[in-house]
Amino acid sequence: MRDLIQATVAIVIVCALLFVAVDRMQSAGSAGSKDTLTVYNWGEYIDPELIDKFEEETGIKVTYETFDSNEAMLTKVQQGGSAYDIAVPSEYTIESMKDDDLLIPIDHSLVPNLQNINEDFLDLPFDPGNEYSIPYFWGTVGIVYNPNLIEDHLTFESWDDLWDPSLERKIFLVDGSREVIGMGLNSIGHSLNVKDDKLLREATDNLIKLSPNIKAIIGDEITPLMINNEASVALTFSGQAADMMWENEELEFAVPQEGSNLWFDNMVIPKTSKNIEGAHKFINFMLDAENAAQNTDYVGYSSPNEAAWELLDEEVVDDERFYPSHEQREKLEVYENLGLEWLGKYNEYFLEFKMSF
Amino acid sequence: MGTKIMNKTAKGPLIPYIFWILLFVIAPIALIVYYSVLDLNGNFTLTNYAKFFTPVYLKMTLSSFWYAFLITLFTLLFAYPTAYLLTKTKHKQLWLMLIIIPSWINLLLKTYAFIGIFGLYGPINAMIEVFGFNPKQILFTDFSFVFVSVYIFIPFMIIPIFNSLDKMNPSLIYAARDLGASSWTTFRRVIFPLTIDGVKSGIQVTFIPALSLFMITRLIAGNQVITLGTAIEQQFLVSQNWGMGSTIAVFLILFMVLTMLFTRQKSKGGRV
Repeated sequence: MRDLIQATVAIVIVCALLFVAVDRMQSAGSAGSKDTLTVYNWGEYIDPELIDKFEEETGIKVTYETFDSNEAMLTKVQQGGSAYDIAVPSEYTIESMKDDDLLIPIDHSLVPNLQNINEDFLDLPFDPGNEYSIPYFWGTVGIVYNPNLIEDHLTFESWDDLWDPSLERKIFLVDGSREVIGMGLNSIGHSLNVKDDKLLREATDNLIKLSPNIKAIIGDEITPLMINNEASVALTFSGQAADMMWENEELEFAVPQEGSNLWFDNMVIPKTSKNIEGAHKFINFMLDAENAAQNTDYVGYSSPNEAAWELLDEEVVDDERFYPSHEQREKLEVYENLGLEWLGKYNEYFLEFKMSF
Repeated sequence: MGTKIMNKTAKGPLIPYIFWILLFVIAPIALIVYYSVLDLNGNFTLTNYAKFFTPVYLKMTLSSFWYAFLITLFTLLFAYPTAYLLTKTKHKQLWLMLIIIPSWINLLLKTYAFIGIFGLYGPINAMIEVFGFNPKQILFTDFSFVFVSVYIFIPFMIIPIFNSLDKMNPSLIYAARDLGASSWTTFRRVIFPLTIDGVKSGIQVTFIPALSLFMITRLIAGNQVITLGTAIEQQFLVSQNWGMGSTIAVFLILFMVLTMLFTRQKSKGGRV
C-alpha cells in the first residue's frame, strides 16, 4: 500500500512539475525586455549576418525562430505562449490577423526608411495605408522548367502547356491547396479567389485531367530535386525558382499569361510583442537600402526596396521573370483571405485532386 | 466490514494505474471525440461524420487499409523467416541487436536517404543502367512507398516473432519429426501455431501505425498515395478544421480497436 501511495504521489508531482515548467517557459518567453527581440520568420529568409549587424548596432539581442507555413505561424501567435516581436506573414494572413486583432499598429515616424519602398508595394488592399505591415519581399507563382528535357514548343506562356501529353509523369507541384487550386482556376480563366462551388468543381475536374502528368506533390524538397533534374517541370514560387536556377543554369522560369498569384510577405508586430520599440528599430534596419540589398542578394526573392535596387546587380532587377513590369503585374492576383469555411472547401477539392492518382 | 476491506485492498493497487489512464488515455480520447462534433464556429454538429461517408474519404480509408495490408503482409513475409533463422544462429542476441540498431536512427533521416537512393541518378538506377536498361522511375511510386515502409517496420515485426520462437520448446519439434511429420507439416501444425501470438503482436505494431503514415506518403510517394494521416495533417495544419481532423482521428481509433480485437491473444490457461 505504501508503494501505491508513493506511486500516486509521484504521478501527481510529475504532473504538477510539468504544469510549473509550462508556466515557466511561457513567462520566460514573455519576459522579453528592452534588450531582447524575438523574430519569427520563414526558413532561409534572412541573411544571418544582418542579425549580427543589428545586434552590434543596437545592442539588442535577437532570438530568431522560423516557421514553414502561414497557418503554423498564426497558430503559435494565437496561442500567445511566445513573445514574438516581429513576424513575416503573407498578405492574406495579415488580413486575418488584423480581423482577429492580433497586430500592433506601426508608428511610421519610427520607420523613416519606409521612403525607400517603391510605391507599388505600399497601401495595398490587404493593409490600406500600411497601418499594420511593412513590405519585406514579394514574388509570384510560376513554372520552373528545364528546356533541354522537354519538347521545344513548351514555353509555358499558357498554363495549358502543363496538360501536354508529352509531359507524362514529369511535373512536380507544390503541396499547397491555394497554389494548386488557384492554378486550376487560372487555367480555365477564373480568379484564384473565387467563392463559387461550381467554378471550383470545374477547376478540380480540369486538374484531375492533369493527374497523369504529375510526378509528385511535395514541399521544399522540390528545390534539390529540380537542381538534380529529377523532374523537368515544377509549379513553385518565384524565389524558390531563383534558388534552383542559381544552382542549375539549364532551368528557366515563366509566369503564364492567363494570370497567376502575386504575393507579398510583410513584417508585422504581433500583439505578443514585449519590445515594440525594438521591433520598430528592426523594421527600419531591414528597410535600409544597403541592408535590404544584402538581404536580397542572400535570399534571392524580389525586393520591394527601390533604394536597394540601385545597389543590386542590374541584371537581377531588370529580369522581368522575377521583377515583372507594371503591366505584367496587372494580370496577377493577390490572395484574399477566404475565411475558414472556403479555405476548408479549397482543401477538400485539393484532397479530391490528390486522390485522383 | 470484512468485504469492504477486501475491496479496498483489491482496488488499491489500481489507483495509480487508473489515475494514469484517466489523465493520459481517457482524457485525450474524450477531447478528440468532443472536438469531432464541433463545426468551425464551435457549435455542435454531426456534419463532420456525414462528410466522412462521402466518396473522397471512403476511398481514402480503403486505400489506407489496402496499403497497410500490403505493408503488413510483406513485413511478415520477410520478418518471419528472418526471425526463424536468427534463432538458429550461434550468437542470436548479437544478430538481433544488429537488426535493432538501425531502428535507433531517426525515421526522417532514413526516409531522406531513400530519396537519394531511389532517384533517377541514384545508385539503384546506376545499377539498372549497368545492365543495359533505361533508368526507371522508382521514387514517387506506390512500390517505393511500400518498400520504404516495410523496411522501417521490419525490426518491430522481428522482435515479437523472435521472442515467441525463442521461447518455444525445441523438443516439440523433435516429437513432431519423430512421429513422422514432414518439415512443412511440422511448421504448419506445430511451429506456426505456437508462435501465433508473436505474429499477432507483430501485426499490431505494424498494421496500426501503417494506417496513418503521412510523412512517407509525401516524401517517398510524392502524395501519389494518400492515407488518412495525410487528411488529418491537412485538416489540422492548413484548413484549421479541428472538428474534421478529430472525426478522422475517431475513425482511426475505431479501426485500431477493431484491429486489436481481431489480433487479440488467447487468454492464458487456454489450450497450449
